[in-house]
Amino acid sequence: MGWQDIVRKEPGKQVLLNGNEAMARGALESGVHFVSAYPGSPSSEVTDVLAQVSKNFNFYVEWSVNEIVALEGAAGASFTGLRALCSMKADGLNVAYDFLTSMNLGGCRGGLVLMVADDPFGHSSLKEYDSRFLAAAAWVPVLEPSTVQEARDMVKWAFTLSEQIKGPVIVRSVTRVSHSRGIVMLGDIEQTVQEADFKPTQQFHTFARFHQEARERLKRAEELFAVSPFNFSFGAEKADLTIFTCGTGWLYAKEAVATLQLEDQVKIVRLGTPFPLPKQFILNHLAGARQVVFVEETRPFLEEKVLALYALHNENLSQIKFYGKATGHVAGLRGPECGEMNTDIVREIMVELTGRPYHAPAVPLAKEEKKSLQALLPPRDYVLCPGCPHRASFWVVKSALALEGNNGIVTGDIGCYSMGAMETGFNLFNTLHCMGAGAGIAGGLSKLGPYGFKQPVVTLVGDSTFYHSVIPALINGRWNKANFLCIVLDNGVTAMTGHQPHPGSGKNAVGEEAEVISIEEVAKSLGFMVKVSDPFCYTEAIQDVLELIRLPGLKILILRQPCALVVGREQKRRKVIVRQELCRGDACGCMRFCTTVWGCPANVWDKKREAAAIDPAICVGCGVCIDLCPSGAIVWEGE
Amino acid sequence: MQGETLLKEPVNLIITGVGGQGNILVSEIVAQTGCSQEWKVAVGESYGLSQRGGAVSSHVRLFQHQEYGPIIPEAEADVILGFEPLEAARQVVDYGHKNTCLIINSHPIYPIGVLRGKNKYPSLELLFKRLREMVAEVLIIPATKLASQLGEPVVQNVVMVGALAGSGCLPFRADNFIEVIKKVVPSKVRALNEKAFYLGLEEAQKIKSLKSF
Repeated sequence: MGWQDIVRKEPGKQVLLNGNEAMARGALESGVHFVSAYPGSPSSEVTDVLAQVSKNFNFYVEWSVNEIVALEGAAGASFTGLRALCSMKADGLNVAYDFLTSMNLGGCRGGLVLMVADDPFGHSSLKEYDSRFLAAAAWVPVLEPSTVQEARDMVKWAFTLSEQIKGPVIVRSVTRVSHSRGIVMLGDIEQTVQEADFKPTQQFHTFARFHQEARERLKRAEELFAVSPFNFSFGAEKADLTIFTCGTGWLYAKEAVATLQLEDQVKIVRLGTPFPLPKQFILNHLAGARQVVFVEETRPFLEEKVLALYALHNENLSQIKFYGKATGHVAGLRGPECGEMNTDIVREIMVELTGRPYHAPAVPLAKEEKKSLQALLPPRDYVLCPGCPHRASFWVVKSALALEGNNGIVTGDIGCYSMGAMETGFNLFNTLHCMGAGAGIAGGLSKLGPYGFKQPVVTLVGDSTFYHSVIPALINGRWNKANFLCIVLDNGVTAMTGHQPHPGSGKNAVGEEAEVISIEEVAKSLGFMVKVSDPFCYTEAIQDVLELIRLPGLKILILRQPCALVVGREQKRRKVIVRQELCRGDACGCMRFCTTVWGCPANVWDKKREAAAIDPAICVGCGVCIDLCPSGAIVWEGE
Repeated sequence: MQGETLLKEPVNLIITGVGGQGNILVSEIVAQTGCSQEWKVAVGESYGLSQRGGAVSSHVRLFQHQEYGPIIPEAEADVILGFEPLEAARQVVDYGHKNTCLIINSHPIYPIGVLRGKNKYPSLELLFKRLREMVAEVLIIPATKLASQLGEPVVQNVVMVGALAGSGCLPFRADNFIEVIKKVVPSKVRALNEKAFYLGLEEAQKIKSLKSF
């Protein structure tokens, strides 16, 4: 199961995989030679899995320092005729975009597949995003799988397609493909022995005159899409009411139509290739339609393309009324163009248009009953894990800024420590944007003295983020005499995305020993004053923050403690308990500090005894709350 | 209940809890068990930020004919397996129907708003009473307590898989689940997980037999 199924050499066998595993399998079956990525949910498992199996098949896998470097490396392999896969989350496409738009002009050679995973609803992202718009702006063809099986199929096809058009191809996944499990029929694993071959006469350049070539590649892709079995129709052959759908929308539309028993009245047109649009295929299905509904994830990409096509050809078509996200008709609870697609959304518009009532398979609960149950349920916000070193680091920064007393500003960025912008992180962050943004913003703020800005500025960056995108802002700050404190929260791994190694981890993607690119050595070599501190020894750490804030210039403090989840896997920590006879409860004056302020989920309140307690089921034994308890009631067991 | 579920297609199951409770492992166990019995499956899972102490849920859909997407429509969950009472109840609001079978680990994990004193966690007695009034079957399993007896509170999730098997809500036998558990958990914790499974199974069967009197 899992990776064993991915390497299985049994063509025809059906196995259960998640979408990312299926795409990894697609790459394996295509005989991929080079794999590079920067982790980001929901894309990471593609490379996690390929890294795990790379030795069995002798191909190269790396976690790269960021997405643009990953894509550049993959392109290098493609230039020599090898097959390369590069995967990233939607946000990563922005990082890689400068290179993508350049490289796409000169094109490439070996199949170059870029897997971009969007995250509608932002399950594990700070923003929703539709990478199809960026792909279209870059003139890169897009394939969009609807199912886990298609995730495998389309990655395979993407390699062939890329070689046919001699340019990169994007496979657009979404959370509900990447992080869904489904049954996948395995194919043959192709193991091609191929030499990397880059002749001195070969050139891959970016010049404006190549725009025409990129356009020609799109034309060629459209010709291939016109005959692709990934574009098909389902249901009534001739129908007034037609659904145009791509990606996950296909199965939602199918379920909605089936449960309303509309199969003989409604046609579903499924597009596996949203860009470039196979125009004739679309026009054929617009002919005869009177109402068209669009079902797609995130933004109205297909909808806008089809509307434009209709506008150009309407003299040959009947009057059509369109219903989608752009028109505002297809919308979930967050409104059109926000949140995730699902069967309920499709069913609602279909009920509205056909008047066909929906008979649920089971008796629904009464509205009032649900409402009164809902009223009992408090919300559950995200929390840092029990024993998370970030909680201690946030407490350190909050305390130091309070002691400093000049309304310090804290800029943050992306990772587990984004929770510095939430209650669990003491609402510490004043700004939160993309990876590396906090350091740049801090630099800018620190130059505003002449306009009266006198507050100290602290930026919090993750260790993986430091390598990914913070270093340029630090160099910029030093060069331009910025004045802020950069705190690197070093937990040893890229934690949020599944504990992938980074340049400071001492390991590479495939688990080999690797050079440690030390954060402090990098910072020192750039001439920064650097200190390393332990956030669990918070009194000393607070003093370090205070001292550094008060010094002029740009300073770096590394708060180092391994990720609690990693520690929990590797070793058993000591047990923390509350000696309830020492806890003075509400008479203490601490206002139940351990639960109401510190807020670690393992610090709980024992209502019966009116005293603090530790939930042994989740406590990982970091011991920070031991020092924070004013009554000394929280102790190591046996002490 | 069992007969109805068996006849129905798709069978919709939600596995819910708090990030870090082992939701994904359980959805894999259930889905693989389905596959091993020749069912087709679609599973929608949540990872990443939502795994950090937030509410998480996996949707598992089992079917034999038409293919389904990975998200269960509103009010169409046939079984809700809840590793935490509050989260189980939250899923009932959105996805429960009159015939839903609800299996709940009784151990609460308090949301930060409750710890901070801003919100109130409902009394379990009241919560369970309400749920019993709303849906066909509610099985309360002291899964964390049972898992703690094995010295590993984290295997509450596999205790809950045992309870799911014991509930009879899905058309699979205990040994169907065990076969899969043996394959998906690492060998050094295999015995522990099997024990956890049987503790949950027996607990659910005990509750069911008491009810039938």
